Amino acid sequence: MSTRVGIVLFPGSNCELDVAEAVRSLGGDAEILWHDEPSLRGVDVVVLPGGFAHGDYLRPGAIARFSPVMEKVVAFAEAGGPVVGICNGFQVLTEAGMLPGALQKNAGLKFVCQMAQLRVESVDSVLTAGLTVGDIVKMPINHFEGNYTCSEQTLTRLRSNDQVILRYVGNPNGSLDDIAGICNEGRNVVGLMPHPERASHELLGSLDGVPLLRSLLAPATPGCADPLSG
Amino acid sequence: MSEPLHRALGLTDDEAAEIERILGRRPNSLELAMYAVMWSEHCSYKSSRLHLRRLPTAGEGVLVGPGENAGVVDVGDGIAVAMRIESHNHPSAIEPYQGAATGVGGILRDIFTMGARPIAVMDPLRFGPLDDPRSRWIAEGVVSGISGYGNSVGVPTVGGEAEFDETYRDNPLVNVFCLGVLPVENLVLGRATGVGNLAVLVGAGTGRDGIGGVSVLASAGFSEGEDESAKRPSVQVGDPFEEKRLIEACLALYDAGLVVGIQDLGGAGLTCATSETASRAGMGMDVDISAVRRREPDMEPFEVMTSESQERMLAIVTPQDLDEVLAVCRKWEVSAGVIGRVTSGGSLRVLDGFGGEVLADIPAASLHDDAPCYDRPRTPPARDAQGDDHVATTEGVDLGEDLLAMLLDTSWVWRQYDHQLFLNTVLGPGSDATLLRLKHPLTGRDTGRGLALTTDGNHRWCSVDPRQGTAMVVAEAVMNLATVGARPVALVNCLNFGNPEHGEVMWQLSEAIDGMAEACRAFAIPVVGGNVSLYNESGGADIAPTPVVGMLGLVDGLDVPPPTTSLVDGSRLILIGDHVAALGGSRWAFERGQRGGPLPPLDLRAHSRVATAVRDLVNGGLVNSVHDVSAGGLGLCLAEMAVRSGVGFNVAGIHGLAELFGESPSRCVVGADPELAGTVLRVCESAGAPTTELGFAGGAHLHVEDLLEVSLTEASSRYHDRLPSALGAGTTQG
Amino acid sequence: MRYAVRVEVRLRDGIADPEGATIERSLPALGFDGVSEVRVGKSIRFVLDADSEESALGEVDDLCRRFLTNPVIEDATISIEAAEVLQ
Repeated sequence: MSTRVGIVLFPGSNCELDVAEAVRSLGGDAEILWHDEPSLRGVDVVVLPGGFAHGDYLRPGAIARFSPVMEKVVAFAEAGGPVVGICNGFQVLTEAGMLPGALQKNAGLKFVCQMAQLRVESVDSVLTAGLTVGDIVKMPINHFEGNYTCSEQTLTRLRSNDQVILRYVGNPNGSLDDIAGICNEGRNVVGLMPHPERASHELLGSLDGVPLLRSLLAPATPGCADPLSG
Repeated sequence: MSEPLHRALGLTDDEAAEIERILGRRPNSLELAMYAVMWSEHCSYKSSRLHLRRLPTAGEGVLVGPGENAGVVDVGDGIAVAMRIESHNHPSAIEPYQGAATGVGGILRDIFTMGARPIAVMDPLRFGPLDDPRSRWIAEGVVSGISGYGNSVGVPTVGGEAEFDETYRDNPLVNVFCLGVLPVENLVLGRATGVGNLAVLVGAGTGRDGIGGVSVLASAGFSEGEDESAKRPSVQVGDPFEEKRLIEACLALYDAGLVVGIQDLGGAGLTCATSETASRAGMGMDVDISAVRRREPDMEPFEVMTSESQERMLAIVTPQDLDEVLAVCRKWEVSAGVIGRVTSGGSLRVLDGFGGEVLADIPAASLHDDAPCYDRPRTPPARDAQGDDHVATTEGVDLGEDLLAMLLDTSWVWRQYDHQLFLNTVLGPGSDATLLRLKHPLTGRDTGRGLALTTDGNHRWCSVDPRQGTAMVVAEAVMNLATVGARPVALVNCLNFGNPEHGEVMWQLSEAIDGMAEACRAFAIPVVGGNVSLYNESGGADIAPTPVVGMLGLVDGLDVPPPTTSLVDGSRLILIGDHVAALGGSRWAFERGQRGGPLPPLDLRAHSRVATAVRDLVNGGLVNSVHDVSAGGLGLCLAEMAVRSGVGFNVAGIHGLAELFGESPSRCVVGADPELAGTVLRVCESAGAPTTELGFAGGAHLHVEDLLEVSLTEASSRYHDRLPSALGAGTTQG
Repeated sequence: MRYAVRVEVRLRDGIADPEGATIERSLPALGFDGVSEVRVGKSIRFVLDADSEESALGEVDDLCRRFLTNPVIEDATISIEAAEVLQ
């Protein structure tokens, strides 16, 4: 049976259909979860997509984290369910405290939409399990607030726990320690600024997002599947 | 002695008399204000309408031509495309960020009004010179505004232009093109049919922003010494998040079949939306002005009726569907309320509560159909002023330096735009033409075909000869589409000109329209919509005539990405098209304060043959790079191919300055694998397109035998650094 | 009681402020010398109904911590005064 991916749609999100298209092209099932739905409908994976949830007003992700669906997402993650935040989704995850740190305005103070080179730093996460450490991959970035920052203690912990999963080769936004993506200590919650779905079709200039999405679609590990069903 | 009200509102004495004749009585001030905004140049096209009729508008697949909110073309597989182009020149000169942002917002509404999901924005931008701090301030603000609004609203900005020239010093041209896709059966028109149907105002509250914006901002030039900051209160402020929710709510309403007709609120606000929807359907409308949700207290009826507050739509729905309509709007957190009813008889009445006092009562159609239409005097310029001056001498000219000075990488601009959303962008900004995958808007099914888009303009060609120059602009758009393998399907235009009360400007406009009509007929391309922006002037000087076209093309089989402008090492370089030496209208001549003589000749049939050859080569996979020859001539064309790829070239057979930098039309450079070069030449020959073998791609230099040699490293750094270093030099508003 | 509340949100000390730095860098070119330590923040104003100034302060403090600031990078200073009675 295909892996069911629930893509949370906040008002102002805009990458939900792109993620759905990429997931379907790889054989997964994709469904859109409206932000005030009371349940996750038993999906296997949750993706918080890119965009501008609530217009990014106040701070990116600051309002979205209070959407009703987020309580379910937190519980799903605590039960081990895979949750991935891409771009604005990453910002929501940090605002919600599901991942450490914060994403500030880019150092160049400009929105940046371009192809980024990334080095795979850890394959011990739900999104990078199918990759190899040290691989260089190409995926687009598209953000104004992608400049990752955190306290020194947090950074030390991220490093010692192998929680940095992707680093930029050629830092495009001023991120601390070139961080492009991290996971939580449980390895099941991942946030990243690059867009794997934008590197999922040969006509789009890169297929390097495919192994990441495939990792996510791989049969969920026992104990993780459908933690909130019933 | 105080000025009569109609004059203060921008109406002439004759226009005021005509209004009195239509009504059979003196209009009250609200009625006068409504006529004033609707009969402004911006809304009525009163100076240009007469001439626009000469453009060909019919063509295969055209579902909706000019006159509606956007042109619509059937592109097969049950999919239609809606497209439109507009200008936001004057608002952007005053407040660059908001001017550009609301320009994006406005054009998106024109597209989703038709039932289409907007999937692509392009921004042809023209600013004053880079060494002018205020022009840099405008450029930076405009780009930030497009980025801030466009990215957030979730529509990718996939292309455009960025030009810098003295003629736009105080009057930037901020044009914006938008394209949307819709299932053919979802096509909605802005018509208020059905007596008793309800007019629902959807979206943002109504405030005082843009009050009089139409007449103040769009229909009067900036006179010298005038304090532009004093005009700032009438600048509209955009809210991309409101617009995003509005788009989603409207698309949901269409999918559920809940809308009879719909119209966005743009210039002239409610007055325009209510009267246009009613008069297109041959109906009238009662508007309850007290039901309009306001953002500010104590607004006068005329303010409510003419406000240009952004992010608002007027939907016509049946009474039975109202609850469902309101529920959809609630889901998307978009406010909605009934503000009008469709009536028979054709009157637009503004009421203080249905059944309350009648504040205005005018024939809805008179605001459009009876708008003045002027045949303003046209005066061709004196012959000697038309530019027969020749480039006197090339002695002491450093061709290498001249070439380097023309290189400019626009990626500083478009890196700030999300140009990839929706996973359609095969070739984005920086390409000769943008190429998008064509997917069904509802099912997402990939058709295996492509949409190609380009926007083009060239004020130098059009100043030397507005007629032929405009035809060359259309021709260039056709060639740009050919470089991605597309055939042209439809065109929209944005005619940016100076003050129409100046005889020479009206002559330029009329000539440009004729040139566009000739070219469109020759290429069988219908004009499906357009926009006219007049009074582009500053300190009494009119801008150079700048008609801009947006062209749609189709690629029939899109399986692999087409070649780009980047050279491939070791390729043979071939010029397709006639090789004519003439500097008329060239960038090289203009940058030296000359016009370079008359334009080199344009042969529309020969152009078609070259475009066909290029298209066949691209679609046949026979070439590995392709770039049309345009501003800057063959020299700049080759140089751009080199710096974009990091591969140099070694060419010969270019004789002198005029062949290097002349802008003779109908030419394209292709690179081919040496083994395929013979086939390339044969394909061109059978298409009837002449060819010249130029040389090879490769090496670390830009080398033109006997003319110039420049190191690739130097050329690349000049190309990449120009814009960032110019804009990094700081900007200032004053 | 109604209280007029002003919350000033700024980046915490030690957090890079590229916006402030950019403004600071551009000032000499515009002829403004001697300006330093530019920091950019935002100001949020609202009116709050509360029983007392103390409870108002407590509520605003909570609001700042949970919503108006991101404690990872931001601090807030709060000022409260009794609001003019409206109309």
